[in-house]
Amino acid sequence: MTQPSPAIVVKNLTKSYKNHQVLKGVNFTVQQGSIFALLGSNGAGKTTTVKILATLMQPDGGRAEINGCDVVQEAGAVRNEISLTGQYAAVDEMLTGRENLRIIGALRHLPDKNARADELLDFFRLTDAGDNLVATYSGGMRRRLDIAMSLMGRPPVVFLDEPTTGLDPQNRLAMWEIVKSMADSGTTVLLTTQYLDEAEYLADHIAVLHEGVIIADGTVDELKQKLPQGIIQLQFKTEADLQKARELLTGYPIRRGETAFAIDVQTDGGAKQFADILNKLNYWNVADFTFAPKQPTLEDAFLTLIGEK
Amino acid sequence: MSTMNLARREGSLLGDSMTMFGRSLKLSMRSPEAIFMALIVPAVLMVVFVYVFGGAMDVGGYSVVNFIVPGIILQTIGQGMPAIAVRVNSDMTKGIVDRFRTMPIAKSSILVGHAFATLVQSAITVAATIGAALLVGFRPSAGLIEWLMIAGILVLYIFMMAWLAVVSGVHAKESESAAGLMSMIGILPFLSSGFVPTETMPWALRVFAENQPMTPIINTMRALMLDQPLPDGALRAAILWCVGLTVVFYGMALAIYQRKTRR
Repeated sequence: MTQPSPAIVVKNLTKSYKNHQVLKGVNFTVQQGSIFALLGSNGAGKTTTVKILATLMQPDGGRAEINGCDVVQEAGAVRNEISLTGQYAAVDEMLTGRENLRIIGALRHLPDKNARADELLDFFRLTDAGDNLVATYSGGMRRRLDIAMSLMGRPPVVFLDEPTTGLDPQNRLAMWEIVKSMADSGTTVLLTTQYLDEAEYLADHIAVLHEGVIIADGTVDELKQKLPQGIIQLQFKTEADLQKARELLTGYPIRRGETAFAIDVQTDGGAKQFADILNKLNYWNVADFTFAPKQPTLEDAFLTLIGEK
Repeated sequence: MSTMNLARREGSLLGDSMTMFGRSLKLSMRSPEAIFMALIVPAVLMVVFVYVFGGAMDVGGYSVVNFIVPGIILQTIGQGMPAIAVRVNSDMTKGIVDRFRTMPIAKSSILVGHAFATLVQSAITVAATIGAALLVGFRPSAGLIEWLMIAGILVLYIFMMAWLAVVSGVHAKESESAAGLMSMIGILPFLSSGFVPTETMPWALRVFAENQPMTPIINTMRALMLDQPLPDGALRAAILWCVGLTVVFYGMALAIYQRKTRR
């Protein structure tokens, strides 16, 4: 069986603003129909990367292809393949939701633009508000309309630049379901995010962008494996017990835990070290505690990866 | 999937501009400020100039209202322009233009749409101004041909102003400065033959007034409206100014738009 050609190929992309190099050679590949998360903090270069892929900006070096079309040489063809939803809802306040959608439909020369607009209003739960001015919409409704506008022309590749930034938890969950359903219908989604849980929940594949380079790239499971395994979380009840435990376990790397009176102890993951820890604590009467193996989170991976660099 | 997409049409300037025109027109008709500017300001200006200043104005052998109508028309058209500049500017700065630029459409269609919507908005203003003028005693003696010529000159003038507003809108970093530049243009009709004969002005102002574009446009319109002989070269100067400046502003608007969107 032949592998389908990738939807997005990015090779050695560089970009500078004046003297500041934002992208220092970015590489990644996105498979057809998958959700790809570009994860990074503010200023990592996420938006710049998306702008180059969406033909809004030209790279200084390297190249990028969308469904086989070069984003610089064949920008016109690329625009037929993509849509971009930016960080700020690009909607006309003084038009209704339905009018916003129909304008995009007209510009995309859709023969069924009115039916398509109704379909998307329905899907994004905006049918009741469809004939109201967008000025009356809430933040979540605007964001949904923004995405609906992007989907009007049924683009095979969709870019979402921080789609949940500024949304409340409820709208955030709703947005996650929307993104999932896009991929389910065969659309390739590239999203950028600062939120690790978002990438972890949504993405088939994650690339961590830090200061203009991809420092890690893989599935959620692959990224988690880059973490040291065998962390045991010990939860004590008093400060005195905690201090005693720190003294007893000096042979092991210890980090502060996430809650009060808790520590994370690094072991090799074997039974021998585990038994040793429990024995030591028991012998010295530090027995009033609970323990649990700690699942490494993407946050741990992120911190470890940046730390390594 | 890709074959279907390749077969999809590329943007056409005409079709896309028509869509953008519809959008801009809706936006402008739904702005309370634009409606106010288009309908109320002409009436207020008429009343102020005819009943407040009119008694003290000496405009030669004309009635005050007959003399000032062309100047008031240019003035009211100009007052609608800051709103156009602000609208263009908000498209540029609020991410709207980025959405359109990632779509396969003709690049300048968004600007062309604004310019044509300005034509409609200004036409309403002109109609309101002439209506108000008739109510306060304006008595034109122009025939159909003269009115058609007046309409033609106004279309050229409005396009020239519309493209200047677009330049101001694409150039400005925020809406305040976009509106500010266009408000400054609003004083030009006062420094022309629109409200008093230029002969009454001090030398420096008179040289400026007689050589700026508003004066030949106003003189031509006044002569046509009152069915008088056209002043020498005024019609030609009016057309050349409007067409020439439209070309210049259109070129500037596109150049600035290209520069701002290529980074």
